[in-house]
Amino acid sequence: MYATNYHRPATIEEAVSLLTGNDEAKALSGGQTLLPTMRQRLAAPSDLVDLRGLPGMTGVSAGDGTLTVGAAVAHADVAGNADVLRLIPALAGLAGRIGDPAVRHMGTIGGSLANNDPAADYPAAALALGASIVTNSREIDAGDFFQGMFTTALEDGEIITAVRFPVPEKAAYAKFPNPASRYAMVGVFVARTSAGARVAVTGAGADGVFRHSAMETALDADWSPEALAGVATPADGLLSDIHGSAAYRAHLVGVMARRAVAAAG
Amino acid sequence: MGQLKLSVNGRAVSRDVPGETLLVDLLREHLRLTGTHVGCDTGQCGACVVHVDGRAVKACNVLAHAVAGSQVTTIEGLADGGGLHPMQQAFNENHGLQCGFCTPGMIMSGVDMVQRYKAAGRDLDEPAIRHELEGNICRCTGYENIVKSIQSAAARM
Repeated sequence: MYATNYHRPATIEEAVSLLTGNDEAKALSGGQTLLPTMRQRLAAPSDLVDLRGLPGMTGVSAGDGTLTVGAAVAHADVAGNADVLRLIPALAGLAGRIGDPAVRHMGTIGGSLANNDPAADYPAAALALGASIVTNSREIDAGDFFQGMFTTALEDGEIITAVRFPVPEKAAYAKFPNPASRYAMVGVFVARTSAGARVAVTGAGADGVFRHSAMETALDADWSPEALAGVATPADGLLSDIHGSAAYRAHLVGVMARRAVAAAG
Repeated sequence: MGQLKLSVNGRAVSRDVPGETLLVDLLREHLRLTGTHVGCDTGQCGACVVHVDGRAVKACNVLAHAVAGSQVTTIEGLADGGGLHPMQQAFNENHGLQCGFCTPGMIMSGVDMVQRYKAAGRDLDEPAIRHELEGNICRCTGYENIVKSIQSAAARM
């Protein structure tokens, strides 16, 4: 690993000033993606700005039909939180199946969303639930936040502080994990919300997470796994790699979506 | 970078280490606690699992400075006094190892999972142990006795 300067700012303002005006500085949260990337020398930030100790980034709160999760909350703490389990059990289940137990003790929801890995789990939940990504300067609708593989609407020096999820009527996540990495080969998060059905797919899209509008239309008419039987998923624009072809992933999208709807009930 | 202060196995430690120092390198290279192993160096294998404030983490995937002020427990700090920890005892009795390289991580993960399941009032049965071991790889494939060891330790922890 190349040399780097580690910073642990005490305030958001200090973190912002360390991150702005320095192209080589990177924000660090749990580090479960960034540190392996740095060890492989695929990233060499001159400065790492640790966000986990910042005020207002921890804890989970419920109220007004929403669930707010601090950006620095670790996956294990989302998975085991009583409010998450009560209000959006699908989100707790998703968090409890990211990586492995030791990774879940370090990795955070804010870090996962900011990284926007095309095979990460959280983007599917954020997009399907219509979450708001709360930053130090604004709130970004999940539909505007994800802008392609490893790309988000975050600007320089902008820091995610929390994620606000509207509580759905029902929701579920079904994932086909890569047998080695446990990343999603395909993961489908389905939610029935007051604004209708929402279906978000991760792991499959060459541009990262996306909504499946044909499935949403079908589920609006009839919320059942059978309603998805005739809904096609075009292989165009899907990932194709040594783990699976685009056509294989397209097939998995259908299977995972039907499983998710069945699990949501 | 400034002095890094933390507690390792109950002892206060203060070291001046570069920002890029991984926790596992602090333990092995600076503190000479070589019981924590480096297997894959990619965050996959779990040979480097230690406890930070009572939770299992992969020490090759955490910066030393990021755990400043924390209580770190390594395999060397698990036994209380002269005797073995019940998890170590169980690995010994059940021959929960073949070459032994992954063993420190297996034991630290085993203790972590037993503590979590007990705290949550959940039953740590064999399928649960196998699932929980997702992040610990034994290249000798000695999982049968590793699972038996954790099961046996869970009953007496």
